[in-house]
Amino acid sequence: MNPPPARSMMPSLILNTATRYLMPLLVTFSIFVLLRGHNLPGGGFIGGLIAAAAFVLYAIAHHVAAARRALPLDPLQLIALGLLTAVSSGILSIVAGEPFMTGLWSHDPWPVLGAPGTPLLFDIGVYLVVLGVALTIVFALAEE
Amino acid sequence: MIDPIPHPAGLAGLSYLLILGMLGVAVVLTFIRLYRGPKLADRVIALDLLAIESIGIIVNYAMALNRQMLIDVAIVLALLAFLGTVAFARYLEKRVEP
Repeated sequence: MNPPPARSMMPSLILNTATRYLMPLLVTFSIFVLLRGHNLPGGGFIGGLIAAAAFVLYAIAHHVAAARRALPLDPLQLIALGLLTAVSSGILSIVAGEPFMTGLWSHDPWPVLGAPGTPLLFDIGVYLVVLGVALTIVFALAEE
Repeated sequence: MIDPIPHPAGLAGLSYLLILGMLGVAVVLTFIRLYRGPKLADRVIALDLLAIESIGIIVNYAMALNRQMLIDVAIVLALLAFLGTVAFARYLEKRVEP
């Protein structure tokens, strides 16, 4: 059980239990939307927003500090990592001798992903940046 | 890849229209509650109800037009409407009753 919040706010048992089931669902759905994004509606931006909603829900149910602990990285570090991933997807095509940001595709299908290419890497970068930006803003507002 | 919208014929098409009409009436009634709601909590619940009704409209639309993509929109809306109501409830708890 998480420690009760420091403020006088009553921790709600119903909300905590609902969060325990909703949060994995939201994170899974965000990754599903991210992976589907190249051919069908979806993509890194929406996926990142859905994942951010999962952590915001966690922050409301428990506490902002608990939500920060639940994140593997600080939101600002997530932004940096996402930018690095997005740029590296462009650099890879320079390494392969093509113009910057040319899409490189693998020709053999991978188990779950289909035939991924560097655009997927770019989308993962966008996902991390959006997650980091949204959480930075929301946590800053909630901690006031 | 926008294909022409197929019109479901017969009883199925009629029932979709009927559902849409009933949901439309429900939306209007909810807006009246949103406008009149004597307390803030009534208005918050009316907003939640609006989100649920729009989920119903989207799913009805997805079935009538056979667009599975719209179901995902309904899923996201359902999850986020819950989040919005919870956030409103937090602020209601914090707020001093006038």
